[in-house]
Amino acid sequence: MGHLIPPSIMPFVLPVLYAVVIVAVLPLLAGYIVLMERKVMADMQARLGPMRVGPHGLLQPIADAVKLLLKEDIIPDKADRLMFWFAPLVSVTMALLAYSALAIGPAFQIADLNIGLLFILAISSLGIYGIVLGGWASNSHYSLLGALRSAAQLVSYETAAGLGLISVLLLAGSLSMKDIVQAQLDQGVWFGFSVPFGFFIYLVGSIAETNRAPFDLPEAESELVAGYMTEYSGFRWSLYFLAEYANMIIVAGIATTLFLGGWLRPGARYHEHIPGTGIEWLDALPALLTLGVALYSLKLAPTQPVKIQKIVMVLVAVLCLGVACVLAGALFAPPAVMQGIHGAFWFMAKVFAYIYAFLWIRFTFPRYRFDQLMRLGWRFLIPLALVNVIGVGVAIVLRQQFAWGPIVSLIPTTLATLGVAMLLAKDDAPVAEAQTAAGE
Amino acid sequence: MSDERTTKTISGMDSVNTTVLGADEIILNMGPQHPSTHGVLRVKLKLDGERVAGSECIIGYLHRGVEKIAEHRSYQQFAPYVDRMDYVAAVSNGLGYCEAVEKLLGTEAPPRARVVRTILTELQRIASHLLWLGTHALDIGALTPVFYCFREREEILKIFEKYCGARLTTHAFRIGGLQYETYDGFEEDTKRFCNDFAHKIDEYETLLTENRIWVGRTKGVGILNAADAIALGVTGPVLRASGVKWDLRRAQPYAAYDQYEFDIPTRETGDTYDRYVVRMEEMRQSRRICLQAVENIPTGPIMARIGKVLKPPPGEVYHSIEAPKGELGYYIVSDGTTQPYRVRVRPPSFINLQAFDKMAKGALIADVVAIIGTIDIVLGEVDR
Repeated sequence: MGHLIPPSIMPFVLPVLYAVVIVAVLPLLAGYIVLMERKVMADMQARLGPMRVGPHGLLQPIADAVKLLLKEDIIPDKADRLMFWFAPLVSVTMALLAYSALAIGPAFQIADLNIGLLFILAISSLGIYGIVLGGWASNSHYSLLGALRSAAQLVSYETAAGLGLISVLLLAGSLSMKDIVQAQLDQGVWFGFSVPFGFFIYLVGSIAETNRAPFDLPEAESELVAGYMTEYSGFRWSLYFLAEYANMIIVAGIATTLFLGGWLRPGARYHEHIPGTGIEWLDALPALLTLGVALYSLKLAPTQPVKIQKIVMVLVAVLCLGVACVLAGALFAPPAVMQGIHGAFWFMAKVFAYIYAFLWIRFTFPRYRFDQLMRLGWRFLIPLALVNVIGVGVAIVLRQQFAWGPIVSLIPTTLATLGVAMLLAKDDAPVAEAQTAAGE
Repeated sequence: MSDERTTKTISGMDSVNTTVLGADEIILNMGPQHPSTHGVLRVKLKLDGERVAGSECIIGYLHRGVEKIAEHRSYQQFAPYVDRMDYVAAVSNGLGYCEAVEKLLGTEAPPRARVVRTILTELQRIASHLLWLGTHALDIGALTPVFYCFREREEILKIFEKYCGARLTTHAFRIGGLQYETYDGFEEDTKRFCNDFAHKIDEYETLLTENRIWVGRTKGVGILNAADAIALGVTGPVLRASGVKWDLRRAQPYAAYDQYEFDIPTRETGDTYDRYVVRMEEMRQSRRICLQAVENIPTGPIMARIGKVLKPPPGEVYHSIEAPKGELGYYIVSDGTTQPYRVRVRPPSFINLQAFDKMAKGALIADVVAIIGTIDIVLGEVDR
């Protein structure tokens, strides 16, 4: 096929293909994250969750999408029509654009920018315009309050999360997503383990940035009905929804890349081969895992109450089996292909684990109040992040001066940060502050 | 505004002056359609940023004229209507009404009926508090406790269903005693529930009581001191959380409460956290009462001899009980006919709601939903 494409276009072919895949797959993925959220929630709340559409609700996201797209499109009378129309587009465009620099595998990346992380942060911060404009254009008090909360929250927590990321940048010495993963391979440790406080700060910051509970104040249902989305419905609403879940994947992707080793498999430097073959033990893990899921689905299939659900369950099993075959087949493919496929597997597995942590937190904690949120951000997270950054800087000097190992050199930093965290937490203890005294 | 004429505001509140607004102030209508006003309460908030500068509760969206209906029904016919006031604690409503009419007739339910009434009413208190806990936690953003609470409440409703066939608006009692004997296994069901419930309530506490966010959201929020609480006529857990040890079950015992040992939990500060602690402890005490009562249900008749047609002598009576939400009083005037001349209900939610403005002043919007939740209102009872 190569001779059909002029060489001047050649470098763009693969990125365009990736972009099309991402734009096509992401809404589906977001839909299934919603299903996962509802199932996890149901599991924690002693109920079943969606069970009607497809076996175990597996087709629920598709039904939801169809419903949302067919709904009447309402623009409130007094709304600013242009802005009302424009705002969700900003949100969703920025969320999708951020994917261009995310490295899902060593080769699977639209653009390997040397400022990749900075680019992602900048673009996803722009997404806030969609929320603020939407809240303002709705001409509703609930929307306005939601938008204002969102803006203030993002400013506060972006700072803390950014400082959390800087600790990794110091260790990796690069902003390119690829190089950061490579650095973790070279140093032999995921940065989440070497700078746990950087990871913690980013975790908290990223929950706040994506407006998830316990920091979901911009859309706090019990307070502001739906916050900035109150006046939105149907297609526009689903764009906001898509943006929110796309952002979740983005922050999970950043965390995976920076703290959890990106596409590296656990024990990436451990090369024990299966006797008699050129295959490493740990490389067989993904195929075995998916094979397990396939067998479990097959086992579940006969227990489904309706025939069509049995069929869909078998299809799910076949799909998993297919994935397992691909993963197993990749073991015998050239190393570049193998790494691409398995890299994507590990990357997505880590992303979903991170999102699961989001959900777990959401269904466990009550919601912060606005002033408490600000206090937590400015008086706890930012000082802690600053201490952490300074500590990492000291550790790097130690490493260069005394040739300490990458983990050993960071232990004093972690301990010092832990001490500061405990001091700050004591100061931040839930004080019975009188309402009237809690001024701005 | 046209709807101002048809709805009434609770008098004695600082009215929100909608014509005079500061440059940074906005008016926010919370309700009557809002996820956390627990029905059709409308709260008009004057906001300075997120801070509440003034508030006004507008009620009447669920007014059904229950008191007026009473004037056209016989005493027995009106009994099911009272279940529809505080519809999450129907058994307590029924108890108050039946006892009030019995007082008017100068009779009393037999001992067995009184003990069964006590058990069912205490189970109802637990059910009502569970519903409060779940929705209150939901308002504050804890999504999970509500399902656990409903799971336990379901067990109580099953006992009601087995006893009288209804789960929500039970009409469990009759004037003069009980219509139904307890079913076989009533004692075992109650005991089983009480024994399980001891662990369950500890579980809820692990989710909330020492949770930093929960404490931060409830401590110091919506403070109501004892003097204000008494002046506003607040009763029930809200009053006890402000440090006033006043419980009608102890102060003027009714049903069979004089036979049982139980504590009246109180707290000092009168904030949302204290009200939470008080209600949690009350559930434990209710469980204690149930266990004592179910051990020793006297035998004997379940109905007093009052005849089929009730014609109380002319006169008036006020009888009040400690409903889950506070003092539930019935003031009944008889003119000697089969129908009451006037029934006036003193609903705890209505009176307690008056404290809202005092609690909400200077709070944030997020506190407003916490405060509405902590008062534990049921609009069916507020509007009647």
